[in-house]
Amino acid sequence: MTSLPRNPGPTKLGLVIDLDICVGCHACAVNCKEWNTGGHSAPLTDHDPYGADPSGVWFNRIHSFEVVDDDGDSRTVHFPKSCLHCDDAPCVTVCPTGASYKREEDGIVLVNAEACIGCKLCSWACPYGAREYDEDAGVMKKCTLCVDKIYNENLPERSRVPACVSTCPAGARHFGDLGDPDSEVSLLVAARDGYALMPEQGCAPVNRYLPPRPKAVAAESSGVSALAPVAAEAGSAGMLARWVDRMLSR
Amino acid sequence: MHPAKSVILFTTASGAGYGLIAWLGVLAILGLVPADRGLGLIAFGLGFGLVVLGLVSSTFHLGHPERAWRALSQWRSSWLSREGVAAVFTFLPSGLFALGWVVLGRNDGAFAVLGLIASLSCVATVACTAMIYASLKTIRAWHSPWTLPAYLVMAALSGGLLLLVLLGLWGQPLAGPFGAIVLALFAATLAVKLLYWRSLADMDDASTAESATGLGDFGKVSLLEAPHSESNYLMQEMGFQVARRHAERLRRFVLFGGLAAPFVLVLAGLALPGAGAVVAAVLAALLLGAGLAVERWLFFAEAKHVVTLYYGESRA
Repeated sequence: MTSLPRNPGPTKLGLVIDLDICVGCHACAVNCKEWNTGGHSAPLTDHDPYGADPSGVWFNRIHSFEVVDDDGDSRTVHFPKSCLHCDDAPCVTVCPTGASYKREEDGIVLVNAEACIGCKLCSWACPYGAREYDEDAGVMKKCTLCVDKIYNENLPERSRVPACVSTCPAGARHFGDLGDPDSEVSLLVAARDGYALMPEQGCAPVNRYLPPRPKAVAAESSGVSALAPVAAEAGSAGMLARWVDRMLSR
Repeated sequence: MHPAKSVILFTTASGAGYGLIAWLGVLAILGLVPADRGLGLIAFGLGFGLVVLGLVSSTFHLGHPERAWRALSQWRSSWLSREGVAAVFTFLPSGLFALGWVVLGRNDGAFAVLGLIASLSCVATVACTAMIYASLKTIRAWHSPWTLPAYLVMAALSGGLLLLVLLGLWGQPLAGPFGAIVLALFAATLAVKLLYWRSLADMDDASTAESATGLGDFGKVSLLEAPHSESNYLMQEMGFQVARRHAERLRRFVLFGGLAAPFVLVLAGLALPGAGAVVAAVLAALLLGAGLAVERWLFFAEAKHVVTLYYGESRA
């Protein structure tokens, strides 16, 4: 049934991604691929992986953006993106076969590969690019929030988090229940003004992003003045310097 | 959006087929067309042929065509599923209507009622096809109030012109109420298409790179580095860029070559006697076919998906 759950439970598992901390190392994408190519939606097929035009299925991608303010001051923001496990997931409702579904118990959006006809409509409906088409299998695949890892009792408890979270060397990714206002991730979102991506699309994504913190020291107020051009300073320089300046300026 | 040939063929061919069958039903209940068996055979053959060609080609882009039957199950939420259900249902009244016409030589009474039900089912099926696209909020060019009218009026026009050609071949005079209807449909298509293109130009409610990343408070956002050096599925499927360079020229072809020229040919056909009229109508149908194929190609190729905001676009 591809209608959204009629009685969704209170639990909304999701990720909180800290854009202030992410260093853009792509480790989350690599470990995601590593885990999931043997997991629920395995394999994550690659085409021509060592050739001139490689392509393949990835559930997690890291974009890097440059953000320039009105004063021309710029910052680089590394921006990991995977499925946001939306409350109003359009990828689920457009699915004609019932292969796409959102779990009532924890809100994870999954694909039943046995029922998928590979029409790709879900990838058209998703604003975030979370849907991937596997050419080999002829079905759609997507981030499972490592559903085969987070509940896996064969793993030590601290490992029962999505692969992208457990591998992040900077600690930029957090996993938890965003439906519980008192959970660690919800408190983090509240403390840091976490936000949803493209709210105007109306998908009510669960995942949240924490904005970069304000720069600790703005360039002009740091007390370190930039080197002034020599010519402008020439008037106050010593006689020799002014003579050298005059000679060289000819 | 990547303009897959199978989907272009599907939407244009099935649209023309459903349009043709729908007009047969309308003309039958109005008593405007004799239940000529030969005409019925050719008209229903062409109509069903186009519909089946379209439906079959639509399965070509599936990863698992053999599972296509599963697509009939989710009509409660999915327009694609509703379209499948409507398409399958339409075969019932339209098949009985065709049998009555071709086998029994009847298109009046109960058969005319079947024809009317067939017409309505055809309209519903084309409307579902349009809604598959119109319901996608991620693609502003499709999430337009003009998408549904455009699909309906183009199906009515292409099917209507085909029927006009067949009626001409069957020695019916083109001038008359149906000829006038076809001319009106040309005008309606032209108007809807122009209004559709005008609505595309309005970008006020577009998503932006700032809303996609949520970084607008910090300044203007631009892509510094893509996630990987090569292309990926998303960029190939949603990031099609060829059309935007040629869009103006192709739009002009649709307006003048694909709509205005066949309109003039049909108008000439209404005035010309005998064979000349049929030749003009056939030429008009060929031009319209080319025009609608280009129009549908543009409908896909010009559409920009919001996911491109993560790959360097600033508005979508």
